[in-house]
Amino acid sequence: MNRFLIATAVLALTAGGALAEEIKLGISLGFTGPLESMAPPMANAAELAMKEVTDSGKLLDGSTVTAVRADNTCADAAASVAAVERLVTSERVNGIVGGMCSGETIASLERVGVPNGMVMIAPSATSPALSTIEDKGFFFRTSPSDARQGEVMADIITDRGLKSVAVSYTNNDYGKGLADSFVSAFEAKGGSITMNAAHDDGKADYSAEVAALAAAGGEALVVAGYVDQGGSGIVRGALDSGAFDTFVFTDGMVTQALVDKFGTELEHSFGQNPSAEGEGRDAFIALAREAGFEGSDAFAAESYDAAALIMLAMQAAGSSDPRVYKDKVMDVANAPGEMINPGELARGLELLAAGQDIDYVGASAVELVGGGESAGTYREVDYKGGVLNVVATR
Amino acid sequence: MDLLNALVTFLNFVFIPASAYGAQLALGALGVTLIYGILRFSNFAHGDTMAFGTAMVILLTWGLQALGITLGPLPTALLALPPAIALTAALALLTDRWVYRHYRRIKAAPIVVVMASVGVMFVMNGLTRIVIGVGEINFADGARFVVTVPQFREMTGLTEGLSLRTTQAITLVIAALSVWALFVFLNRTRAGKAMRAYADNEDLALLSGIDPDRVVRLTWIIAIALAVMAGTLYGLDKTFKAFNYFQILLPIFAAAIVGGLGNPVGAIAGGFLIAFSEVALTYPWKKVAEYLGFEPSGLLQMLGTEYKLAISFVILIVVLLVRPTGLFRGKAY
Repeated sequence: MNRFLIATAVLALTAGGALAEEIKLGISLGFTGPLESMAPPMANAAELAMKEVTDSGKLLDGSTVTAVRADNTCADAAASVAAVERLVTSERVNGIVGGMCSGETIASLERVGVPNGMVMIAPSATSPALSTIEDKGFFFRTSPSDARQGEVMADIITDRGLKSVAVSYTNNDYGKGLADSFVSAFEAKGGSITMNAAHDDGKADYSAEVAALAAAGGEALVVAGYVDQGGSGIVRGALDSGAFDTFVFTDGMVTQALVDKFGTELEHSFGQNPSAEGEGRDAFIALAREAGFEGSDAFAAESYDAAALIMLAMQAAGSSDPRVYKDKVMDVANAPGEMINPGELARGLELLAAGQDIDYVGASAVELVGGGESAGTYREVDYKGGVLNVVATR
Repeated sequence: MDLLNALVTFLNFVFIPASAYGAQLALGALGVTLIYGILRFSNFAHGDTMAFGTAMVILLTWGLQALGITLGPLPTALLALPPAIALTAALALLTDRWVYRHYRRIKAAPIVVVMASVGVMFVMNGLTRIVIGVGEINFADGARFVVTVPQFREMTGLTEGLSLRTTQAITLVIAALSVWALFVFLNRTRAGKAMRAYADNEDLALLSGIDPDRVVRLTWIIAIALAVMAGTLYGLDKTFKAFNYFQILLPIFAAAIVGGLGNPVGAIAGGFLIAFSEVALTYPWKKVAEYLGFEPSGLLQMLGTEYKLAISFVILIVVLLVRPTGLFRGKAY
C-alpha cells in the first residue's frame, strides 16, 4: 500500500510540469438573516464564473476552481468572523467572494482576512467606512460606496421635483452611512429633510416609527433598509396609515421580493441600485438564465465579477497565492487592454497567459477606483403597474 | 374642524395602532400570568409557543383555502383557530408530562423550572422552523380595510385621514371577547374557582379535594388558547415570522410584570400601558398641536423612536422599585 502511494506521488510529480491545482474559493454571504432572499442568486452567480473558468481549463495550466459557501448571517459580526475563519483555516481557500453586509465585512476583514493575507472581494458591502479601511491591499469591492449612492439618490429625487423628504434607515453601518451621505447631498441641493430616524430590524411593531415619520411629514419617505426586515415593516405601516404613498428605496430594498410584497401599492415609488447597463450585463443575464437563475437580481452581477476578478488576477500573477495575486486585481479590472465580458473569461485567461493586458468589464461594468472599489453605475427604477421597471442609468 | 382633525390624527397614528398592539400584548401577558399564578414559574417558552400555534393556524388556513373554504371579508385564519388551539394544547400537555411534571413532583425551586422552560423554548423554536421555515408569511386574506384613508377623507371631508384595518378591528373584538370569557370562567364556574383556589393556596386546595392534575391541564389549555390567539392576531396584523415571536416575549413579560405577575387584570392593563407608552412617548405631537392652535417650533417628540424598547424597561424598573408586586398587586414566589 505504501509503495503504491509513493509510486503514485512520484508519477504525479513527474507528469504535470506546472502542476494543475484544485483551487478553492470561499463565498461568504448571509444565507440566513436580514438579506437571506438576496444571497442565493449572488452565490449562484459567483459559482457560475468559477464553473466557466474550470470548464475552460485555461486557468494556471488547467486548474479547477470549486466553491465553498459559508453563511455569514449578515447581521452578526461574530458569526461572520467564525465563517470566514473556517474558510481560511480549515477549508484553506485561495480567495473569498464576500462579505455581504458592511458591518460583518469590516469585522471579518480586520480579524481574519488581513491578518491571514486573504484576498476578499465584496460584491455588496457598500458602507463608506470600507473606502478608508486599513486593508493592506487585500480588500476590493465590485460595488460602489454608499457615499456615491447618497448623491445619486439626491439627484433622482431632485430631478423628480420633490423638495422635502423623511428618512428612515436601518440601525447599522450600512443604513447610517447611507442616510448620512444622502442627507448631506440632498441638503446641498437645497432639499429639506423633515426627519432622519433609525428603525431597528426584527422588531415586533413599527407603529411608533411610522407615527413619528408621519408627523414629521414630507413629500416622500426614503427607506434605507432591508426588504426582509424592518424596511418592509415601515413601508407596510406607512401605506396602511396613509402616512406616505411615495417611497424612495435604496439598494437593500430594490428587489423582486419588494414587488411581491407590495405590488401595485408602490405606483408612485422609485429607487436605485448599483447596476450597469450594456453588453456585459445582457451577456451575463443570458448566461444566468441558462444556468437557471435570475441575473438581474440585486448584486448577482457584482458577485460574478468578484469571482471573475479573483481568478483573472491569479492568472495574471501566475499564482493562486493571495499574497501574490492581490497586486494584479486592479490591473485586470482596469484599462489598458482588451475588454472582457461575461462568458469571455476563457479569452481573458488566454490573453493573460500570453502576457497581454486585459480590461475586465464584466457584468457590472467594473472600473475600480480609489482603494479598489467600483466607480458606481446606478440604475433608477420605478414600480409603475406593479412591476419593477428600469427607467434610467446614472 | 381643526379639533376634529387633531382627534383623527391622534386616533390614526396613536390610538388605533397602540390599541391593537396592546391587545396582542395583553393576550400574551394573560397566558404568562396564568401560568405564573397557577403553575408558579415564568414560562419563557411562551413566545415560541405562540409561534408554533400560529404556524399550525397557517397550515390549516392553507388547507381550508385549498378546499375553497373562506370566511368572506374575514380572514380564513379565524376558522383555523380552534383546531390549531387543540393541536398546540396537545403539544403543551405532552411537554408538561415530559418536562414540567417531573419538576412539580420533586418540588424543584422555581428557578429550575424557569431554566427548563428555556430549554423547551429552544425546542419549540426549532420545531416551528422545521414545520414552517424561517421566512415571512402573509396569511391574512379577506378584506384588508374596514376604512381606508381616502374613503375616510371622502366621507368626512376632513384633511386628515383615518384607516382601520380589518385585522385591527378583529384583534380588539377577539381580545375583548376572550378576556370576558376568561373572567366569567374564573369567577363563575366551579373549575375556574378551583384554579383560583389552587393559585391562592396549594395545600388548602388539595385538602378540600381539588384534583391538582385537572387544574394543571386546564391552566395549560387556557394559556395555550390565549397564546395561539395572540400569536395569530399578531401574525394577521403584521406578518408571520418565526423570529419576531421570540422578540415579542420581552414586551409581553414587561406587561405581565408591570401589571403584577399572577394577576389577570394586571396583565391586561400592563399590555395596554406598555403599548401606549411606546407609541405615545415617541410620537411627535407637532401636527396635533398645530391643529389645536399652537405653533410649536420643534417636532414635540419626547424621545427618539430608537428608545422605544428602553421605555418598556424604564417602566419596568420604576414599577419594580416603587411597587415590586406590580400595579395590581400580583404575587412573588
